[in-house]
Amino acid sequence: MDKKDLIQYIETIADNSLILGQRMGELTGHGPTLEVDIACTNISLDLFGQVRSYFQYAAQLSNQEISEDDLAFLRQERAYKNVLLVEQPNRDFAYVIARQFLFDHYHFLFLKHLQNSEDETLAAIAKKSIKEVSYHKRFSSDWIIRLGDGTEESKQKIQTAVDDLWQYTQELFEPNEAEKAAEEKHIGVDIVSLQAEYTQNVGKVLQEATLTQPDLKFFQRGGKKGIHTEHLGYLLSDMQYMQRTYPNMKW
Amino acid sequence: MSEQEVKNLEEIFEARIARDEKIEPKDWMPEKYRQTHIRQMSQHAHSEIVGMLPEGNWITRAPSLRRKVALLAKVQDEAGHGLYLYSATETLGISRDELYEQLHSGKAKYSSIFNYPTLTWADMGAIGWLVDGAAIINQVPLCNTSFGPYARAMVRVCKEESFHQRQGYEIMLTLCNGTEVQKEMAQDALNRWWWPSLMMLGPTDDMSVHTEQSMKWKLKRKTNDELRQQFIDQTVPQADILGLTIPDSDLKWNEETGHYDFGEIDWDEFWQVVKGHGPCNKERLQTRVNAWENGQWVRDAALAYAEKQSERKIKKAI
Ligand SMILES: [Fe+2]
Ligand SMILES: [Fe+2]
Ligand SMILES: [Fe+2]
Repeated sequence: MDKKDLIQYIETIADNSLILGQRMGELTGHGPTLEVDIACTNISLDLFGQVRSYFQYAAQLSNQEISEDDLAFLRQERAYKNVLLVEQPNRDFAYVIARQFLFDHYHFLFLKHLQNSEDETLAAIAKKSIKEVSYHKRFSSDWIIRLGDGTEESKQKIQTAVDDLWQYTQELFEPNEAEKAAEEKHIGVDIVSLQAEYTQNVGKVLQEATLTQPDLKFFQRGGKKGIHTEHLGYLLSDMQYMQRTYPNMKW
Repeated sequence: MSEQEVKNLEEIFEARIARDEKIEPKDWMPEKYRQTHIRQMSQHAHSEIVGMLPEGNWITRAPSLRRKVALLAKVQDEAGHGLYLYSATETLGISRDELYEQLHSGKAKYSSIFNYPTLTWADMGAIGWLVDGAAIINQVPLCNTSFGPYARAMVRVCKEESFHQRQGYEIMLTLCNGTEVQKEMAQDALNRWWWPSLMMLGPTDDMSVHTEQSMKWKLKRKTNDELRQQFIDQTVPQADILGLTIPDSDLKWNEETGHYDFGEIDWDEFWQVVKGHGPCNKERLQTRVNAWENGQWVRDAALAYAEKQSERKIKKAI
C-alpha cells in the first residue's frame, strides 16, 4: 500500500481515539463518583496511548517528516477523520455513557479484525488495544444496564441519549476512500461486514437494560470525510491551543 | 466504663504508640484520637480531590501527546490518593457521604494551595515541582504515623508523589532549556507558586495549635518551621539548576546555620485564603458541589439497580 494512503488510513482509525480521548479527558475531576471519575480518566488514558502508537507509526512511515504531535495538533479541522459520534459533547453522564457504549462495541469488533491485518504494526497495536477496549466495552455496557434498569429518571435520560446519538452510528460502517483502499490490500478491516454483529451485540445490552433500540431512517455522516459537526471546532481550539500559540517549540 | 477503666485504657494506648505499635481500626482508641484523625485524614483526602481541579484545567490543552498522557495519569493518581484516604478515614466510623457533606458545606478544609489559579502550561511544571514537593515533605514523616491505615496509605501515596515531583521538575527543565518565551513562562510560574508553596508547610510554630498532641500521636514529627526550612534548602539548588530566580530578595545561604535564610511570608494572605477568600476558593468548592449534585441521579440509579439485582437473586434462591 502506498505510504500516503496508509497514513490516511491510520488517521481514520486514530482520530476516533484522539477525539474521544479528548472528550473523556474533559471529565476528569467532575465525575459522579470518584470511582467513575477514575474509570473515565482511564479510558481517556488508554485512548491517547493508542493514538500515540498509531501516530508514531505514521511518523515513521513519513520518515519523520511529520511527528505524532503534528498529526494530533496541527492539522486543519477538515483534515480530522473521526466519526461524528465521538466528537459529540459531554451533555451529561447519560450522553457520556451512550457515546462510549455505541463506540466501544464498534471499536471492539474493529480491533478484533485489525489483529489479522497484513500490516504487522497495525496488527500489533490492535492486539494490545483490544484488551483495553474490552474493558471499556464492559464498563459502558454495565452502565447502560444500570442506568436503563435503575430509576425512572435514569431510564429516561439514557434512553434520550441513546436515541439522540443513534443517528451517528451508521457512519461507523461506511468506509471512506482510505478504508476501502486498505481493505483491498488486506491491511484494513472490512467494516461493512461488522454491522450485523454490532447491531446484535448492542441490541442485547439495550434489551437487558430494558431500553428500546432506536429505529431511524435518517442518519448523519461526514466525519470520515472531514465534514464535522460544529462541536469539533471548539474541541480543536482547546486541544491545539498550545501548539498554535507557541509554534515550533519542545514541551 | 468507669473513669478509672478509661484511664487505664488510655495509658495502655499511649504506651503502645510510644512503643511504635500501630493502632488499627478495631482497637480501642480515645475519642479525641478518633476525631483528630478523622479531621486530618479527611482534610488530606479532600485536598487530593480538590487538587485534581487546578491541574485538570490543563488536560484538554496539554501541549503534546506525551504531556497529555502524563498529566492525565498524574491527576488520576491524585484521585486514587483521595480514594484510599477516604477509605482509610471510613475505618474510623464515618461514611464517605458524611465526609463529602463536610467538604461541600465548607465545614472541612482542604489545602489552600489549590485555591490559586493555573494560568499557563508552566503551572503544571511548578505544581509538580513545588506543590508535590512540599506535600512530600509534609507526608514522608506520616509513613510512620501511629494509625495503621493512614501510615500504609501514606507509603503508597508518597511513592507516587515523588514521581509527580520529578515529572513536574522535568517540565520546568524542558521549559528552561527552551525558547525565551518558555523560560519567561517558567519564571512567572515560579513567581506565583513560590510563596503559596511555603505556606503549604503550615503557619509558623508560634501560631500553630495542637502540635504537642500531634507529635505524641506521630501525626507530626517535625514542626512546620523545620519542614519549611527543609523544603527551602532542598528547592533552592534545584531552582539554580533551572536558572530561575526565587522571588525572594532576602534569600541567601547562611554559612553559620547551614541553611538558607529567607524573607517574611505574607501570613495575611495565608489566613485570607484559609478563610475562604482566595482567588479560586468559591470556584473550586462550587465545582465539587456541582459534580456531586449532577451525579446524584447516577448514584441513585446505581443504587436502585443494585437493589433490584439483590432482590432478583433472593427470588431465584427461593
Ligand atoms: Fe496526591
Ligand atoms: Fe497529597
Ligand atoms: Fe501528586
